This record gives sequence, C-alpha cells and structure tokens, in this order.
Amino acid sequence: MEQLHDIGALTDTAFFWTSLVKAVIAFLVVVVAVAMMTLAERRVSAFIQDRLGPNRVGPFGLLQPIADGLKNFLKEETLPGQASRLYFVLAPVLSMAPAFILFAVIPFAAPLPTPWGLVEMIVAPVPIGILFVLAFSSLGVYGIFLAGWSSNNKYSLLGGLRGSAQMVSYEVALGMSLIPIFMIVGNVTIPEMVWAQQRSVDAAVAGVAPETLGIWFAFPLGLAFFLFVVSSFAETNRLPFDLPEAEAELVAGYHAEYSSMRFALFMMGEYAHLLTASALMATLFFGGWDIPFWRGDNMVVVAPGIVAGAEPAVWKTILTFFSFAIKTLFFAFVFIWVRWTLPRFRYDQIMDLGWKVMLPTALAYIVLMAVSILALDSLAVPYGLGYGLILTAINLIATFVFLYLVDSDRVIMGGSAKRPVPPVVPEAVVVDREELIGAGSALTPRDRGEE
Amino acid sequence: MTEFIWWVFAALAIGGAAGMVGGRNPVASLLSLVLTLFSLGVLFVLMQAHFIGVIQIIVYAGAIMVLFLFVIMLLNLGHDYRTDIRNVGWITVGSVLAGFMFWLIARTFLEFEELAVSGPGVLPEAAAEEHGVVGAIAMTLFDEYVVGFELVALLLLAAIIGAMLLAKRRV
Repeated sequence: MEQLHDIGALTDTAFFWTSLVKAVIAFLVVVVAVAMMTLAERRVSAFIQDRLGPNRVGPFGLLQPIADGLKNFLKEETLPGQASRLYFVLAPVLSMAPAFILFAVIPFAAPLPTPWGLVEMIVAPVPIGILFVLAFSSLGVYGIFLAGWSSNNKYSLLGGLRGSAQMVSYEVALGMSLIPIFMIVGNVTIPEMVWAQQRSVDAAVAGVAPETLGIWFAFPLGLAFFLFVVSSFAETNRLPFDLPEAEAELVAGYHAEYSSMRFALFMMGEYAHLLTASALMATLFFGGWDIPFWRGDNMVVVAPGIVAGAEPAVWKTILTFFSFAIKTLFFAFVFIWVRWTLPRFRYDQIMDLGWKVMLPTALAYIVLMAVSILALDSLAVPYGLGYGLILTAINLIATFVFLYLVDSDRVIMGGSAKRPVPPVVPEAVVVDREELIGAGSALTPRDRGEE
Repeated sequence: MTEFIWWVFAALAIGGAAGMVGGRNPVASLLSLVLTLFSLGVLFVLMQAHFIGVIQIIVYAGAIMVLFLFVIMLLNLGHDYRTDIRNVGWITVGSVLAGFMFWLIARTFLEFEELAVSGPGVLPEAAAEEHGVVGAIAMTLFDEYVVGFELVALLLLAAIIGAMLLAKRRV
C-alpha cells in the first residue's frame, strides 16, 4: 500500500467553482434536513406518546414540511405596536445565520479525487477550525436577546434575558470541554481531529502525517463528551434547558410576538443549531466520517492535493458521507428523544448546574487530562491505541466519580433537599366557629364574618 | 477579492464605531460596537492573524458585549435617552481626546518609515508546521512569555475573587 497519493492540487479557478458548488449543496442539504427535522420531531414525539403524528401529506407525511412552509409564507406578518422595527426584523436573521454558517467548517466525507484535482469534502477548511465554531455560536446570543428586547413584551424580554444568560453560562463549559481534545490532537483544525480518531495506520505513514490515536474520542475523553453534550443541549435551548421559551411561564418566550416566516426563521435556526451540534458530536467524539474497523478510509490531506494513508476514491467518499450522516442523525434523534422524555429544569437549577457543576468539573478535568497526558508522555508510552485505552480507563473512573458527586441533591438543589421545609399544614382542622369568636383574640375581622 | 473584503469590513468597522458614539439608544450603540468588533476580527483574519481574529470575535463580540448587554438591560437603560453628556464641558474634553488620538494615528502614517517595526516579525515556523496557526502563538506564549502570561492569569483570578467578594456583601 502506498502511503502518499498525489492527486494534484486544484487550480484557483477550479477551487473557486468547487467551493461554490460545495457551499450551495451543503446549504441545500442543511435546509432540507432542517425541514425534515421538524417533521421528525413531530413523528418521533408522536411515537413516544403512542400517537401517529402528521402522516396525511404525502407518503409518511414527508411533504408536511412543505405544507408548513407554504402556510408560513401565506400567514400575516405581525409587528407589535411599540416594537423597534429594525431590530424586530433583524433578530430572526441573526439567530438563524450563525447556525447555518457553522456547517461550513465541518468535514462531511473523505476527500474526493476529481479530474481537476483533490477536493476536500468540507466547505471551508479554515486553519482555526473549531474556534470558528465557538466564535459563531457565541454570536447566536444576539438573535435571541434582540428578539426578546425589541418585541416590547415582558414575557419576550424575560425569555431573551434567560436565553442569553443561559447561553453565556454554558458556552464556557462548552469551550472548556473541547480543550482536552486540543491537548490530545495538538491542533485545532477539524480534519486533523477526524484523522486523529481514525484507526492507527502503518508505521510508514508516521513520518508524513500527524500521528493518530486510533480510537474515537468518546472513549479516551468520555467525560469531555458528557460535558459537551450537556452544554450543547443548553446552547441549543432544547429541553431540558428550554427556559427561554418555557411555555408554562413565558407564553412562548423570546418569539412570543413573532408570526409567519419570521417565526419560521427562529424554528429553522433552532433546528439548524441542533443539527450542527449533532454533527459536532459526531465529528469531535465519534470519528466524523470515519468508518469504524476499516482501514480503507484512513486518509488525511497533508498538503494541497496530496493525501497520506489509504487511496482516495469516489465510492469511499460516498460511503464515508453515509457514515457521517448516520452518526449525525443519530445524535439529532437523541436530541428529540431527550426533549420528549425529560422535564424542564428550574431556572436556579440551570444556573447552579452551569456555574457550580459544569465549569468546575471542566476545569478539574482539564487538569486531570493534562496530568495524565504528561505522565503518559514522560513514561514514553507510544502515542496510539494503547495510549488511548489508558486514557479511557482514567476517564471511566473520572466519569463515575463525577456522576456519583452530582447524583441527586448533592450539588443541584432538587425537589426536597436543602430547601427550607415549608411548615406542615394540618389537614382540615375543624374549628368550632362560635367557640373561637367567644374566645375572641386572634381572629381577623374577616374570620369573624364582619367583612 | 481580498482587497474588496478589506474595504467592506473597514467601512463597517468605522461605520459601527460612528454609530456607537452617535447612537441615542444604548442597545443600538451596543450593537454598533458589536459590528465594529466583528469587523475588526475579520480584518485580523485578512492579515493572516487567524487566531487573533477569532479570539477577537469570541472574547469581545461574543462574551464581553453580552456582559454589556446585561448591564444595559438590568439597569433598565433599554430606552431612548436624550444624551446627558451634551454640554460644553464634555464636548471640549471629548474633542481634545479625539484630536489627540487622531494626531497619534496621523503621526504613525506620516512618519511611517521611522516608526516601522525593526525587522520583519519572526514566526516560529516549526511550531506553525506542527500545530497550525495556534502553534505559532502558543509556543511563544507558553515558552518565552510564560511568566507574564501566568501573572496576567493571577491578576484575572484576583479580579474574579474581588468581584465575588463585592457581590456577596449584603448592601
């Protein structure tokens, strides 16, 4: 097996056109996927609640999103009387755009060899990789906040405030949970993270490509994965963290005043964000487009047009794309599953969890992983599968300790613990009215029937 | 193409700054400032300083501006204000400061050659080779300037503890 494959770099013109095609296709795929997610949400929730869900429009209800979209276009657009018009219109756009942009930096398949040269299956292979994701997801706050503020509605404002507070809090834990990945990979670009998770390849590649750990990061960085998942749920404002739109308290939260297509933009933003989070979970912790136990797809672009590892092929690109899609859709399903299973947190519980549990845990975990990696390096353990398995063992222990400590009522105030116990109200005390009035004293005029 | 993008974002940065100073509504000012900071991030990226650019967006546009937002919301300033710095004294002070800043910038441009950085910046190529764009910064930061880095970290820690102490005190 040859280790380096020179497919040829793209010319500038070819690069421009392939990038354009990739961007358009990725955008269309995401839009369709978002539409299908709205249907999936309803069908899965129906399944969980033993109903049928929307199944009238088209086969299995597959055309339902089109009907919904049409309805949204035809409905009246409302604008609250005192709302600040510019920001009211800007908010849905600001909340949707970041979620869509994030897809640009996620690699979705193995590099594709074409007659014009090697095309990387990622819209924008930016050198800052995952930091780009953090930057743009942190901008998503403004959409929610602006929607809440510009609606001139108390409930919207409360929803917006809650949303921004929650997103800012969990963003910290989200960023911190990624640091162990940086420590293991030694770089921030996402394709290199995917490469590091692929199965260890022949020693001959070692010199020309970065080393691989050969194990999906969900194992050697299990606790980081847990923290990442929880923070992602909070970042996407999904149950159990959907405080910004808690129907029971805030009508519909920050988008209470929105209707028709503007409302639909919020929904699209939410589902696009959900898909992005799923894709990130799949990419950072489950090997991205890597197909497990198969060496044929272990390749990495080491220079423009040059691939190290296995030989790229069109069919491999297609197979790896399916691998990526299956992983992403699985996590999207988990998002829906959790939404229809778990109840909502109280607001103080969310803040406690974010600042008193997630952040300290993430910090302690960074120290733990740094020490482990330093120790393994000092003991000259070769970087590879064995290295990964030792880290897996450390993570199993750390995860157990963590779960034991957060378990019921130890840190997060639950339903009963640590709260002042309300005075016990005696059941139905029968009072002889006349006798009490005779006794006089402690009764209010109302009790004496004088009102 | 790059030049075109540079002009667009340079204009946005200046427009945002002007909007920030001139806006009557605190929230509108804040959003203008976000626009400025975001555009600065893009300008950094155009100068091949990817890491600085993205950190600019994460820290300033993403985190610090949200804190400003909270301050504005919680102090209930979210409504139009007739400016309360519109008197002769403030205008004089502001003009003098703005003039001074402008003079500094103009001086940099006029005396460009004399003030130019001595020699081209040296990037640790090996670090960049192995660790990408973050490597170049990380190797310098955690190697050569690690003491300063740690001192800054300590300073921030002290600030956090101080803030907590103040917040905990019953007023």
